Amino acid sequence: MLRSRCTLRVATRRISNSRNSPNGRTRRDFGNFQTGQQLERNGAKRGKTKTTMTNRRKTEWKVVAARVTGVLVILVGALLAARICVANQPGDHPIPSIFDPRSTPADMIKQHSHFVLTITGLIFLVVFTLLAYTILKFRQTTANADREPAQVYGSNQIELAWTIIPILIVVVLFLAVARVIHAVQDAPEPATAVEVTAIGHQFWWEYRYPALGVVTANELHVPVSDPTHPTPTFFKLLSADTDHSFWVPQLAGKTDLIPNRVNQMWIDPHETGLFLGQCAQYCGTQHAKMLLRVYVDSPEEFAAWVRAQRQPANQDEKEAAGRHVFQTTACLNCHAVGGTNGTGRFGPDLTHLMSRSTIAAGAAENTPERLRLWIQNPDAIKPGSLMPAMKLSDADLDALVRYLETLR
Amino acid sequence: MSSDVMAIQSADVAGRSWTGVLHEWVTTVDHKRLGILYILYALIFLVIGGIEAAVIRIQLMRPNNDFVSPQVFNRMFTMHGTTMIFFVTMPVLFGFANYLVPLMIGARDMAFPRLNAFSFWLTALGGFLLYFSFVGGSGLYGAGNAPDVGWWAYAPLASRAFSPGHSSDYWTIALLVSGFGSIGTAINIIATVLCMRCPGMKLSRMPLLAWLNLVMSGMVLIAITPLSAAQIMLLVDRYLGGHFFDTQAGGSAPLWMHFFWIFGHPEVYILVIPAFAFLSEIIPVFSRKPIFGYPVMVAATVAIGLVSTSVWAHHMFTIGMNSYANGFFAITTMAVGIPTGIKIFNWIGTMWGGKIQFKVPMLFCIGFLFQFLIAGLTGIMQAAVPFDWQLTLSYFVVAHFHYVIVGGILFALFGAFYYWYPKMTGRMLSERLGKWHFWLFLIGFHLTFDVMHVPGLLGMPRRIYTYEPRPGWGILNLIVSIGALIQAIAILVFVANLIISYFKGAKAGNDPWDAWTLEWSISSPPPAYNFATVPTVASRRPLWDLKHPEDPDSRYD
Repeated sequence: MLRSRCTLRVATRRISNSRNSPNGRTRRDFGNFQTGQQLERNGAKRGKTKTTMTNRRKTEWKVVAARVTGVLVILVGALLAARICVANQPGDHPIPSIFDPRSTPADMIKQHSHFVLTITGLIFLVVFTLLAYTILKFRQTTANADREPAQVYGSNQIELAWTIIPILIVVVLFLAVARVIHAVQDAPEPATAVEVTAIGHQFWWEYRYPALGVVTANELHVPVSDPTHPTPTFFKLLSADTDHSFWVPQLAGKTDLIPNRVNQMWIDPHETGLFLGQCAQYCGTQHAKMLLRVYVDSPEEFAAWVRAQRQPANQDEKEAAGRHVFQTTACLNCHAVGGTNGTGRFGPDLTHLMSRSTIAAGAAENTPERLRLWIQNPDAIKPGSLMPAMKLSDADLDALVRYLETLR
Repeated sequence: MSSDVMAIQSADVAGRSWTGVLHEWVTTVDHKRLGILYILYALIFLVIGGIEAAVIRIQLMRPNNDFVSPQVFNRMFTMHGTTMIFFVTMPVLFGFANYLVPLMIGARDMAFPRLNAFSFWLTALGGFLLYFSFVGGSGLYGAGNAPDVGWWAYAPLASRAFSPGHSSDYWTIALLVSGFGSIGTAINIIATVLCMRCPGMKLSRMPLLAWLNLVMSGMVLIAITPLSAAQIMLLVDRYLGGHFFDTQAGGSAPLWMHFFWIFGHPEVYILVIPAFAFLSEIIPVFSRKPIFGYPVMVAATVAIGLVSTSVWAHHMFTIGMNSYANGFFAITTMAVGIPTGIKIFNWIGTMWGGKIQFKVPMLFCIGFLFQFLIAGLTGIMQAAVPFDWQLTLSYFVVAHFHYVIVGGILFALFGAFYYWYPKMTGRMLSERLGKWHFWLFLIGFHLTFDVMHVPGLLGMPRRIYTYEPRPGWGILNLIVSIGALIQAIAILVFVANLIISYFKGAKAGNDPWDAWTLEWSISSPPPAYNFATVPTVASRRPLWDLKHPEDPDSRYD
């Protein structure tokens, strides 16, 4: 056959040149499966003492072992760090860890993640061990340095085995995934649910409770949900501008708020307290300071909060001067205060500003000094926020802050 | 200038002026030179992208840091992502493909040498356009500078209303232009592999590197076209009053996501398949055995190529798709892990029973295997949709894809550098510096990216220019930043090695690794037009046949 005749005519001229090159590829040495180059190297090594060779092998062992332990130490360290950080005190939730759930969707995800982590962990252990064993076992040694190993091209049985086993794993994983997707995403809304419309803005959150007639911003209040009388909160998620994502890790996974689209999610916190989170989808300059604060109230506290929020704004005549500033400057283009002519919706509703513990979507504490600074120079607190510097006189500014202080 | 004069000039090596050399390189259509140009170009952008990463890591070293403003930070992560994907990883992989594919299949050049040059210069223009935005991006509104919309440029953030000025236009046009370059190179690789193989080299005898680059190029054609279409639509939106993605006029934000990710996910495999290709060449040589299960490796690659075109929406599990769509993309995403797993097993099979030589290229490949295993498993975690609702958009996912791109692709690339540098320059890279590079980079990598998973689990989202002083976040981010510093030092060692070895490295000879593919049969660096006599091959390892006439591969072919 033509094919068999031309077997060895690979760049003949060049190979024959290299025969005389310093690397000295001599074709005579093929008898013992060895290339000329290796022969030469081995020859050189044989000239040296044998101890150098064994030393070299030992150090290699050390290097490999050091590397493996190094990787393990780092992994364990990372896990420990996570563990320490997860140790929250009851009632206070300073770390929004996904492994510290306080609500059914987050809890289902945690259970599910344990399953996934177990499977992936097992795969990791098996493959890691196999890899490490292969690398440690089949290293070149002095004993085998002078001959090529057996040339194995493959094995259909083995290939079949390591195709079928992963397929089975994927099927099992998928069934588990499908169950949890359905349970979280297609959960029916009970009649007792609290409905909240959350609207993402650059860079703050607007919350509307249509059935309760409450409008607020940045700090969400929801009732705790008793398993025997569940009062979950169901969200309708909208966006006024760019994409955002609602993420309070201890209560649920994240769901995006996308303009021209209505998304849904739900939570049913089992515990009262403050839960932290923040916008997870990059939404512009101040994405980082679009923080989420969810207050989970007892049913009585929640009812009281709703009652307070439904009151019209304080119209105390003592602060009429400050109210006048609010009503005659650009404030009311963006902000609403119930009972005044301010009905803007571009910025947060200020009717009960003082019922919130933070301003600027959680970027600063709600104190008179911070409030004053925020009105005077928002960039000092949150550079790039869409709140303009109001450039008021000191007197006006003081009056305005005093007025805002009355909006309880 | 007549061709005679040219010939005399190029023959007269000693007498060439630097302008003459420059002219030769700029006008070259030689696949080897274009390959090297791609690689050098990518290395320059690697350093630039690395500096951007350093700015990011300094800013995030401690909570409420004010090293840079939010505007600058947002530009940094946008430019870092865009640069590393489009102007580092893509060109460097194309560079290696350009250099190696013709050599390995016994061809004298690519199928379309001038298209090859055109594609390179288009890609280069793309990179320069992107960076010109730093000076030219202000535009009519005086707003913006470099793009700050993230490397996905999600709608409507990239629309005129939210991204005034021209920074997003530079981003769009840079990607459009370099995309055309990528398509040109992909067509070229496909044509070369299919039409330019030397006598005897059937598709079933092709080195895996050529096979994998063939699959990669097919995927480029599938993936880059929707990206280019989306960029054109975005330009129509921005300048011709279109409303594809303009949500204020009823456009669709998810439409952009679909367009972007139907490019973006195959893209990950476009980047990783050439990395697989390097491993499939390097591991056999340093294990002294042929690749285990060659036909299965090819089939697995093709399977990855096919399945990876239907996994894109796993980037979008939080946008409110219904549970059936979420389930579909979960199972396709997990399914793509099967052929990938098969590949890992086959590499282990290759090493099994061999005698592994721990030269620097092999060290990087072994690093790849461990790290890609972890990256694959964290990928499976994110394919589990409910788990992904927590993990995605957090630092966990940032750690995951850096594990793929740095721990996987970059490690394989470093391996490729150490393996083929002797062929490209005729000099060996220093083993000593190489080992320093490897160990430093390995330590830095694990310090950075192992630890980076944790803040994500603790609720830290990505793309934030600063963060609240929550317990744990500060110290973890500090460790991550320290790791980044160690990586930077390792990269300096690498660059120093490249430069020093070019002048002082040991002479490589034709075949320093005692390898088996055709590129090692000719001088280092290879002569113009590669093969004086076009070789004829009878098996997958022509040089093995030559070195072992008593037991050639061709006997079992």
